[in-house]
Amino acid sequence: MQDVKYVKPKSLQEAVRILQESGPTARVLAGGTDIIVMARERRRDTSLFVDIKAIPEMMGISFDPQSGLTLGAARPLYQLYRDEMMRRVYPALVDSASLIGGTAIQGRASLGGNLCNAGPAGDSIPSIIAMEGTANIIGPNGERQVKAEEFCTGPGRNVLQPGEIVVSLHFPAPRPNSSARFLRFIPRNEMDIAVVNCATNLTLEGNTVTHARMAIGAVAATPLFVPAAGAALEGKPLTDETIAAAANASRDAATPIDDMRGSIRQRKHLAYVLAERTIRDAVHRIRGEATEYH
Amino acid sequence: MSDRIIINTTINGEPLEFMADTRDSLLEALRDRIGLTGAKEGCNNGNCGACSVIMDGRLVNSCCVLAAEVEGADITTVEGLEQNGQLSTLQQTFLEDAALQCGICTPGFLVASTALLDFNPHPTEHEIRYWLAGNLCRCTGYDKIVRAVQHAAEVGS
Repeated sequence: MQDVKYVKPKSLQEAVRILQESGPTARVLAGGTDIIVMARERRRDTSLFVDIKAIPEMMGISFDPQSGLTLGAARPLYQLYRDEMMRRVYPALVDSASLIGGTAIQGRASLGGNLCNAGPAGDSIPSIIAMEGTANIIGPNGERQVKAEEFCTGPGRNVLQPGEIVVSLHFPAPRPNSSARFLRFIPRNEMDIAVVNCATNLTLEGNTVTHARMAIGAVAATPLFVPAAGAALEGKPLTDETIAAAANASRDAATPIDDMRGSIRQRKHLAYVLAERTIRDAVHRIRGEATEYH
Repeated sequence: MSDRIIINTTINGEPLEFMADTRDSLLEALRDRIGLTGAKEGCNNGNCGACSVIMDGRLVNSCCVLAAEVEGADITTVEGLEQNGQLSTLQQTFLEDAALQCGICTPGFLVASTALLDFNPHPTEHEIRYWLAGNLCRCTGYDKIVRAVQHAAEVGS
């Protein structure tokens, strides 16, 4: 790697001060699985790694059935999918955490890092959006919250201003009779970038959908929140027709490109298929049944 | 500019103090400063797993860890798998079951498989393949590696 310095602050205030003083080539270092590679390949000009893993607010987890989940932005993925509460209450986040990279990546990478990296195909981002995640940000001008669907502004770009850090992600308390599913389609079986990915969060009262929220990725410059898909399901009994309407909304919202992983036509088709499958698997989970799709 | 730093860590059960640059990856420090050349540079970007080590009980790609980050950490490399001159069970089964040809991926596979059986002593074939998805092999086609891991799981440690 080219010359770069390293510092490990003990507090958020210290980290913000260092980032502000050091300018845009100071990079937050959480799991490092993206930033170390990008620094070494000179895709992100880096003069200083600011290792935030000694800051408890960034690494911890706290869940309360009333107030919901506050997840340290840098908490490693393997600590999500080995957590019984996370598997039970936030299964779409666990789906994503289990699929990002492979085992060694999951030993280090984090949801916060995946979100901040703002890849159009970032495998955690549709799940974070579908689960109504909010980024808790701290910076030189204090604290602010940004909804996940507003966080990414373009490929590799986000709303963070100079000196700002995402400290944690907050998710609301789970509604009764609800669950969620994340799925992606990749060229191989593992260790690849999504051709299309999708997350659906559903609440059912009997057979009526009382809440539905869907997000899709790898089909636009940023992951997309698809309100029209939720609207096609909400307030109605769940039928093959409403599912098809939601899946069509997903396909309509997708604005993909042709690239080596897939064509526009294939991606539009997959946006439909994954929307349908995540809806059906969310229903299976609500009913305590095994999921059908992989 | 980089800084020169002193790192205190534990490698393969032994305390070690070594000097590194802040720009060194753990892989570079292991190979070029500490002299543990078991971990290999295959891709240098977290895809191939040839650099696999175990850090604080979890499998990581040492090319994606900075040397500076292992201050106070507990590291296991392929060199640490043998015990008192005896090959580990996995090392034995890899040899007996011909789970290598050129051998360049083998340190990574041994470390990754060790981490697997530490976490899950009786994995299914599916679980083995998914756990090892981050380790690439050009020579073997993977089947003999998977069977060697299954064989080691049967034998126990």
